[in-house]
Amino acid sequence: MLSFVAQRVVKGVIVLLAIIVLNFFLIRLAPGDPAVVMAGEAGASDQVFVKQLREKFGLDKPLPEQLFIYVKGVVTLDLGFSFRQQAPVAKLIMERLPATLLLTLTAFAISLMLGVLFGTFAARFAGTVLDTAITVFALIFYAMPIFWVALMGILLFSVTMDWLPSFGYDTVGANLTGFAHVVDVARHLVMPAMTLGLFFMATYTRMTRASMLEVKRLDFVKTARAKGLSNAVIQRRHVLRNALLPVVTLAGVHAGTLIGGAVITETVFAWPGIGRLMYDALLQRDYNLLLGVFVTCSVMVLIFNLITDLVYRLVDPRIEFAS
Amino acid sequence: MKQFWKSMLKSPSGVIGLFILLLAISVAVFGPMLFPNSPWRMVQRPFLPPFTLSTVPLGTDALGRDVFAGMIFGARVSLLVGLVSTLVALVVGVPIGAMAGYFGGKVDDALMRFTEFFQTIPSFALAIVLVAILQPSIYSIVASIAVVSWPPVARLVRGEVLSLRTREYVQAAVVTGQSNSWIILREILPNALSPVIVLASLMVATAILLESSLAFLGLGDPNLISWGYMVGAGRTVIRQAWWITVFPGVAILISVLGLNLIGEGLNDALNPRLSREGR
Repeated sequence: MLSFVAQRVVKGVIVLLAIIVLNFFLIRLAPGDPAVVMAGEAGASDQVFVKQLREKFGLDKPLPEQLFIYVKGVVTLDLGFSFRQQAPVAKLIMERLPATLLLTLTAFAISLMLGVLFGTFAARFAGTVLDTAITVFALIFYAMPIFWVALMGILLFSVTMDWLPSFGYDTVGANLTGFAHVVDVARHLVMPAMTLGLFFMATYTRMTRASMLEVKRLDFVKTARAKGLSNAVIQRRHVLRNALLPVVTLAGVHAGTLIGGAVITETVFAWPGIGRLMYDALLQRDYNLLLGVFVTCSVMVLIFNLITDLVYRLVDPRIEFAS
Repeated sequence: MKQFWKSMLKSPSGVIGLFILLLAISVAVFGPMLFPNSPWRMVQRPFLPPFTLSTVPLGTDALGRDVFAGMIFGARVSLLVGLVSTLVALVVGVPIGAMAGYFGGKVDDALMRFTEFFQTIPSFALAIVLVAILQPSIYSIVASIAVVSWPPVARLVRGEVLSLRTREYVQAAVVTGQSNSWIILREILPNALSPVIVLASLMVATAILLESSLAFLGLGDPNLISWGYMVGAGRTVIRQAWWITVFPGVAILISVLGLNLIGEGLNDALNPRLSREGR
């Protein structure tokens, strides 16, 4: 188990280094001389200042050395400075990270639970009206763009029915504390989390249904039935456990999509996370911040993939850790 | 081929999907000829509600531009970007997968690490960064969608090639001294095609979603109207004018749904082994 984790961590670190190198070259792809761009962002563009910037950020050094300085910076959590926001990029990201984690993890939990639930139902009642209804809904949710779902949610639940707040993390100026604040944040979280979760819920529903039907036909299920186990036990212990494996794999593959969805969801609902930060950076062409958020997203995906790898090994009855 | 169409037309999802796709293609091709209102020109007062004037059936947006015209011209952009970026992704992914599967060993290792690397990077975030840095245009959008969507193709093709390589007819071609490229192109790839076709139809759907999301965030080609751009432009006035965001979104939903259904139909028709049972 330990060596497996160590192996995965090493692999993750290598990928991370590669991403940082990619990031370095992406910055150089941006139009214009970085020093001139930075000077422009800082609001001054005289030659002396540009030269100072060039020296300060090592832009006068040869490319390999610049790369080394950049990698060293990122590894020590120095992601550069955002002149637009007048703050270090790493600080801006750390401030926003909790909100994004709250949103994505809630959305992920909702989508996984509901998806597996609906998928199990659809498989259990395969061929009935219930199955068809679940399948059709899953297909439709699967085809809806996230930004549109978000806007339709606002139209329905905020504008028309006035049930839920349409933007922000909590009520501005309410100064709620304790439990009242938790409830307030939860009310603000409902729509963004549901919006983000809906697409993934549809995916997990389809996947669970398909793989339950697949596993059901396998020999070991027949054996379990022949042993005289009750249907509920067979469904839960034998079918569902094995059918969940592809769902776990899919969840790992989808980590990046989840983060991408968060950019859109946070933008529409003005949710103060790193997705919204990315959108702001985009509007202001703040490349340092943009690429800082990009690296952070990549790290989040790497960690998430590591976790799903571990979960897979824990869930898969064919892999024993004891050996 | 006849067999293929027969089973394709037998699956209800395939038929509905084909119908939707044909509709979307004809709108994209002939729509602008039949309905020459420019989507950028002011044709009526701003915020004209839908179904009030027959010349502007779906109303106007905040600048008095025709929403219906925008939807028709937007179909061109969505379908074009979806198809072209998928083609580019195939052009990149198929050779990489084929080489990895055919040559194996170190080549396989290197190519697959490369592919995994691209699969780990959050795709939408990378697409945003690429389009932002290369400046939004139809070329940068197609390129960045292709960059984020080729890895699954490479992995799929590799798997197929890996299993086909050991078949006897391939071995026979090796023995008769055919060149590697001849064997890959003439013997192996044609037999690995059906799962690639299924994947491609789903990729077009994903590409349309990606393009609309980029355009929604303001990263669309500034010279081309697209559904995502329209929804993005209508976002700030959603409380006064619901129709500006609702209709283009429905257009995206229907096209993506159609392509997904085609994917399912193709899957049933091309992989009869997997279909039917349990449906």
